[in-house]
Amino acid sequence: MSLRSPLRRAKGLGSAKTGTSTWVAERVTAIALIPLVVWFLVGLIVHAGADFNEARAWIASPVNAVLLVLLLGTMFHHAALGMQVIYEDYIHSEGLKMVSIYLTKFVAYLLAAASIFAVLKIAFGG
Amino acid sequence: MHTDNRPLSPHLQIYKLGWTGIPSIMNRITGAAITVGSLLVVYWLIALASGPEAYATAQGFFGNILVKIALFGFTWALIYHTLAGIRHLFWDFGVGIHVPSVVKLAKVTIVGSVILTVLVWILAYA
Repeated sequence: MSLRSPLRRAKGLGSAKTGTSTWVAERVTAIALIPLVVWFLVGLIVHAGADFNEARAWIASPVNAVLLVLLLGTMFHHAALGMQVIYEDYIHSEGLKMVSIYLTKFVAYLLAAASIFAVLKIAFGG
Repeated sequence: MHTDNRPLSPHLQIYKLGWTGIPSIMNRITGAAITVGSLLVVYWLIALASGPEAYATAQGFFGNILVKIALFGFTWALIYHTLAGIRHLFWDFGVGIHVPSVVKLAKVTIVGSVILTVLVWILAYA
């Protein structure tokens, strides 16, 4: 038996059955981000005010490049999920909500791709 | 079938914000602020990948006092959101979920985030 009203069922609205995995993804990315953010802040402290060559050498070292790629990918994924929750709570127009969610996702993944490409370019000496 | 007349749960404006509500909304605001502020990190990485001239331009930009204030705010938002996020992860496992410990942790999170932010900037410039 469905608890949804006939109109809701006809419109296909209601649970998409993916809420739990989204909720879990938000938390798993949060857990992964804790050590990555601590590492990033320590790196900023050590390398604050670095000139061009020093900054390149910091990013180019294999361990730093890998951790930075992980940080950027995980952070933008977490950011897109988090912004989605904010939009879902405060935007009540269905159309505007959808546009905000997907526009934010596009921009987040664009920024992730661009910044990860920059790290790889530095790491491979391009 | 009319579904627009059903009772609604109390909305945001109804609640008095205290030691539970304020840190909660701050977690959202800092999360959104980090999402926007990540543009600074992406810009820095792309400038570093682009070459010495682009990096010199970026260093000039990050030397601006208004950008420095924004970076300080970004650091605080990142640290606050990380500490507050750890709190949320404990709650997800049912730890520390009663009001007295929630209030105590809220105060620790706010004071701790300010102290750690100042510490990061002192260490970065020492």
